[in-house]
Amino acid sequence: MPPDYVGKVVIDNLPLLLEGFWITIWLSILSSLISLVLGTVIGVARIVPFRPLRSFGTVYVEFFRNTPLLIQLFFFYHGLPRAGITFSAFESALWSLAIYHAAYVAEAVRAGIQSIHRGQMEAARSLGFSYLATMRYIILPQAFAIVIPPLGNLFIALLKNTSLASTIAVAELLYQGEVLDSRTFRTFEIFTAVGILYLCLTLPLGGFVNLVERRLARAGRGA
Amino acid sequence: MAPMISFRKVNKWFGSNHVLKDVTFDVVEGEVVVICGPSGSGKSTLIRCINRLEPIGNGELVVDGISVNDRKADINRLRQEIGIVFQSFNLFPHMTALENITLAPLKVRKMSKEEAEATGLRLLARVGMPEKANAYPAHLSGGQQQRVAIARALAMHPKIMLFDEPTSALDPEMIKEVLDAMKDLVKDGMTMVVVTHEMGFAREVSHRITFMDNGIIVEENTPAEFFANPRSERTKQFLSKILKH
Repeated sequence: MPPDYVGKVVIDNLPLLLEGFWITIWLSILSSLISLVLGTVIGVARIVPFRPLRSFGTVYVEFFRNTPLLIQLFFFYHGLPRAGITFSAFESALWSLAIYHAAYVAEAVRAGIQSIHRGQMEAARSLGFSYLATMRYIILPQAFAIVIPPLGNLFIALLKNTSLASTIAVAELLYQGEVLDSRTFRTFEIFTAVGILYLCLTLPLGGFVNLVERRLARAGRGA
Repeated sequence: MAPMISFRKVNKWFGSNHVLKDVTFDVVEGEVVVICGPSGSGKSTLIRCINRLEPIGNGELVVDGISVNDRKADINRLRQEIGIVFQSFNLFPHMTALENITLAPLKVRKMSKEEAEATGLRLLARVGMPEKANAYPAHLSGGQQQRVAIARALAMHPKIMLFDEPTSALDPEMIKEVLDAMKDLVKDGMTMVVVTHEMGFAREVSHRITFMDNGIIVEENTPAEFFANPRSERTKQFLSKILKH
């Protein structure tokens, strides 16, 4: 028998960890996209000149931002089936992550929109654009350029938060680590490897956000 | 002929501040009217009511046959007929000069890309900067930005052009290039309402000068009469201050 070197348990079980790794990536990408779209809609709703929509946006943001994500996750997976609505574990994780982070996206987008000079809205409306067309062509493109750094940080947080899905047995990275741990009891090595795999995702993502931020700054398209 | 723009006893308040007081004021087609007066006199508010950037309080305001503050008025439709140029240019910073000009024709008027770009390039040439089509606003001087803003408004083929202190944010040597672009429009017979302190422009090309103070139209007169024989004391006072330099 060859000697049992440090990390052997990780190398031997890498395929299992990588399976989880891919599910973490998928869960992150899908919930990021949904939260981006949903959050943008809610963010716009928070500032439209129509009070019922504004109130809805405010209630949404305050509710989902101020309750723990873990509870929202349990609510989707354990709670909703009692009301006859059943989601798979993956779907529960996907929707709770998306809905929770959409509240933060909404706040970032709202702040971005409000930082755009009101003259932009006036100029576009004066040309005959409707409120929504002005948002689409004039305000949001400028607002998104401003909110890329906060959104980038948010999506890094979302990626790390996908690990909560292990609690409802979504076979993502942390879950696979726990499975391995209970099988081998090599806790230190396994969770070190899991941590490094998370870093393999978050560090490049952070670097990408910095790159985009610098590109936008260099484009120098200030007013 | 019915006037293009017609204010009838229009009042407006900002909170408790009464900024337009029983304003009655007409502009007929092809007329160039300059509105002047001290800051805070309500002249910018008056011009911004014409395309409903500011809603009026009471009274009646009819533009191009449409009651502007009527709930049923299609304001987006009306605004396509009214170009406006702002003191702070308000170009779209994420678009080139040409894109600024073609956006509304493309998306609002549903013009074809070829036609919109041809119109855009023609208008850029008209305001004297055909070589700047692909420049972003940040790389243009104030005078150039304002000329692009004029071209952007003209691209919609408006019936009326409004100018809200178009040269007030410009360095002196850039004022002339913007005024020249405006004079070019006067020659074309455009209906124009211009809020400005440029008394040279008012004297030279306007058909009528309206002097406002404290929310009231104090005096309306032909340019010649306005400068030579102002009727009210307040006008004389204003002119003595503004014409000294």
